Amino acid sequence: MKDRPRTQDFDWVLLAIVAAITTLGVLEIYSSTHASAMAGMQWKQLMWLGVGVAAMFIISRIDYHTLMDQAPVLYMFGLATLLVVLVIGHSRFGAKRWVSLGSGPNFQVSELMKLIIIIVLARFFSEVRTDRLTLTDLVKVAALTFIPVGLILMQPDLGTAMVLVPVAIVGAFLAGIEWKHMAVGLVLVALLIPVGWNMRHHLKPYQQQRIETFLHPEENPRSAGYQVLQSEIAVGSGGFWGKGFGKGSQNQLGFVPVRYSDFILAALAEEQGFIGVCVVLLLYLGLILRLVDNAQKAKDRAGMYIVMGVTAIVGFHVLVNASMVIGYMPVTGIPLPLMSYGGSATAFVFLALGLVMNVRMRRFVN
Amino acid sequence: MPSWSVNDQKIPQGRLALVSYVFVAIVALLMVGFWKLQVVQSGHFVDLAERNRVRSIPIIAPRGPMLDREGRVLVDSYPSFSILLMRDDLKSLEKSLPQIEDGLGIDPADLRQQLEAAKAEPKFLPVIIKPAASQADIAFVDSHRADIPVLELMMVQRRRYPHNSMLASAIGYVGEVSVQDMDDSEGQYRPGDLVGKAGLEKEYNDQLEGTDGMKRVVVNSVGKVMRTLDNVEAVPGKPVQLTIDYDLQAIAEADMVGKQGAVVAMDARTGEILAMVSRPTFDPNDFAVRVPKEEWQSLNTDKKTPLLNRAIQAQLAPGSVFKIVMATAMLESKQISENFTAYCPGYAVFYGRTFHCWKPQGHGVVGLHAAIVDSCDVFFYNVGKLLGIDTISHYASGLGFGKRTGIDLPGEEPGLMPSEEWVERVYHHKWYAGETISVAVGQGAVTVTPIQLARMAAAVASGGTLVQPHLLKNFVNSKVDHFPISDNTVEQVTQGLYGVVNEGGGTGYHLRLQNIDLCGKSGTAQLMSYDAAKRLGTKTMDGWFVGFAPRRNPEIVIAAIVQDTMEHGGEAAGPVVRDIVKAYFDKKNARTQQQATTNSPAQPGSTQPLVATVGAKRP
Repeated sequence: MKDRPRTQDFDWVLLAIVAAITTLGVLEIYSSTHASAMAGMQWKQLMWLGVGVAAMFIISRIDYHTLMDQAPVLYMFGLATLLVVLVIGHSRFGAKRWVSLGSGPNFQVSELMKLIIIIVLARFFSEVRTDRLTLTDLVKVAALTFIPVGLILMQPDLGTAMVLVPVAIVGAFLAGIEWKHMAVGLVLVALLIPVGWNMRHHLKPYQQQRIETFLHPEENPRSAGYQVLQSEIAVGSGGFWGKGFGKGSQNQLGFVPVRYSDFILAALAEEQGFIGVCVVLLLYLGLILRLVDNAQKAKDRAGMYIVMGVTAIVGFHVLVNASMVIGYMPVTGIPLPLMSYGGSATAFVFLALGLVMNVRMRRFVN
Repeated sequence: MPSWSVNDQKIPQGRLALVSYVFVAIVALLMVGFWKLQVVQSGHFVDLAERNRVRSIPIIAPRGPMLDREGRVLVDSYPSFSILLMRDDLKSLEKSLPQIEDGLGIDPADLRQQLEAAKAEPKFLPVIIKPAASQADIAFVDSHRADIPVLELMMVQRRRYPHNSMLASAIGYVGEVSVQDMDDSEGQYRPGDLVGKAGLEKEYNDQLEGTDGMKRVVVNSVGKVMRTLDNVEAVPGKPVQLTIDYDLQAIAEADMVGKQGAVVAMDARTGEILAMVSRPTFDPNDFAVRVPKEEWQSLNTDKKTPLLNRAIQAQLAPGSVFKIVMATAMLESKQISENFTAYCPGYAVFYGRTFHCWKPQGHGVVGLHAAIVDSCDVFFYNVGKLLGIDTISHYASGLGFGKRTGIDLPGEEPGLMPSEEWVERVYHHKWYAGETISVAVGQGAVTVTPIQLARMAAAVASGGTLVQPHLLKNFVNSKVDHFPISDNTVEQVTQGLYGVVNEGGGTGYHLRLQNIDLCGKSGTAQLMSYDAAKRLGTKTMDGWFVGFAPRRNPEIVIAAIVQDTMEHGGEAAGPVVRDIVKAYFDKKNARTQQQATTNSPAQPGSTQPLVATVGAKRP
């Protein structure tokens, strides 16, 4: 046992995987944008990565127990900022988030809320002293989760809102949810997803189109169906071996929508082929398994819940983004963590990894 | 230490492992998804990506110009842009319509009607919503490429007819290729292509039409051209030089302003058409862009049929012009003595029916010459009766009646020369002998086109050589028919025709020209019987005049008709013939003089004749 957490105890294997993924990401951002008006974007992304790494170190120094002590305060702070965003600057923030630009000086509150919900739910599940989650507990978890989900939905940002849910699901599963409750929950989710999706369509397609046109005139924003088709064409035409770095026509000629960000996997799939996609997906699988390994080795359940909260969000991002790229899921503006261009999203992932390091560093500390 | 951080619970390793398995399964499923797209369906998507990337832009070949016989431009082409509306993405199309209507100033109802009409056509065929786009229209399309991706510009070559309706009936017009033609052409035509739809534009379409080039370019997602893959230049259409003489055409056009009828002037030796007018007519410039529906309807339903080329399509009773045929038949058949005379009291009775002469007071005793000069009907009634319909028909057919002349224009009509055989075949009864009397003065069943009359007159005057009329300067394989006529006949008939113009009392005496042997024959076809005309108190007639000059070896022959006139043929149609003949010889003399001066020692350098004297090099 050591008396002090040390940086040497960082998960260097995990960081190596992260380095590999971010490198592929930066290269693909370069490939996608170097021949366009957005040339040089890879440097900005490198800057964000630097900021992220620094943030990771800083957050790893603050004992996660200390953070969890402040969970109620953090939660209230998070909700308050979400409300502020809704009341003032609704159009600006709302619009901004929808196109998933995420960069710029305005750090997105919804990204912050992801971190807060990890800590808050970790705290809540840790307080459940048994291995069985009661219905009351579940209702409380649902309430804690759906208040911020609702607020983010009103921005409107379905993607980020949905991302909070897996934290609760994975947490509840680990906390010992009863099988019958899980079954009922699954049925409910299965019923609600299509309803929510349709409502979004009824309420906002007009608005979306306008915002897209306004902020991204060069992107030729046609229907979401067009975007998915172009993404599928990019992926499919990449074939087994890919067209080569910087040689994907769908990517280079701008047919792939936001190819440096939400659809970066489509750009990579076109240029690096099925082989490249396999490498990327296996790297993400390695990342997730390594995170789970960290959860398994956590000193206490609180640490485990934090690590698994991060795992849930990262895993969900990868699942939804990759599925969107091949047309298996609707376009929701969820970026691919560590690869997609974007300041807020990159910062979030590194802060989340900082929490993981935080837990890992302290597994031998009393 | 708060209660939640008491470390008294084990980590649920089993459940964590289960979560790992779920993620392994998810990644495996994603890989299957990518496998399906990238390996199983890869070919399909490669194809789609290629179609995204490469756009074929046709380079429209300009249509060849039409020139007159001296190289003056009658028709040419100029480049212009059409705006296309892509219909493959209906959703974004619907959304953009108001903006398009606003930006291009198109009537919303028209546009929707156009789209509705195009619904039956395949979706990949765009609709031309604005032919002949203005600079502002082009700028609008260019500046909205991102937000209105359904608009596209296409460069086309538009037809220009600088002299508007001049020669319009012969020139015809061009129009956008029809779906039918496109299907028949096996890919030769694309939507928006211009093809000749009528007249010379149609007849010589293959020559006038160039071969379109094709540029394959790489475009980005907003349609901006990034680079060119390959480029096949367009081959412009070849010019078509016509036999038309602009100067004579202009005179013919001017004389026919406000009239209904036709004029055709032909080189009597070669069949080259020097001028061709049909009235009323149209302005082919109106067809060079889309024709508004109402205008089409008015052109097509107009009772005066402006789209008809009367010079070759109007089948009319020749009236007294037919007497040239009768005189020829009389002399050639030798069934009647050359010195045959008839007494004309102003009318004659045949088969119990009274036939009038145009001159109520009568001509007295007339022979062939006088009968031609003053156009005595009674004389020719008698000739007709003596010859019989089959002899008349034999000579008329030999001189080209009842069959097409073979002019290089689409839609020529053959006219009709009746015979006993024809009546039996068509009406299943015997020929009524009384009909022969009417036919003898160019009435009854016989109908001709103006071009047939001109060709007939030239044939009689030249001893039976029937040229093939044509408008193309380098017309090859000209088919010449021979229907030999003896010199004596030629002499007597042309003497009569000379007398018509040059002897006092001739029906064309007012048309005589100094130093030019103009010969001719007037004709006045009744549109209704004398009785009906008398009853109605009106007398609308078709006035003909057919003339040629000089008398021996004529160079120019002209047939003119003025329809729905109150005047006789000599007065109604004679002046245009006279004016063209005069202009022809004035021009010829001027050229001869000019040649004489340029060939004089004063200017030894200029040995090149400007234009060969018409026919000088031809026998």
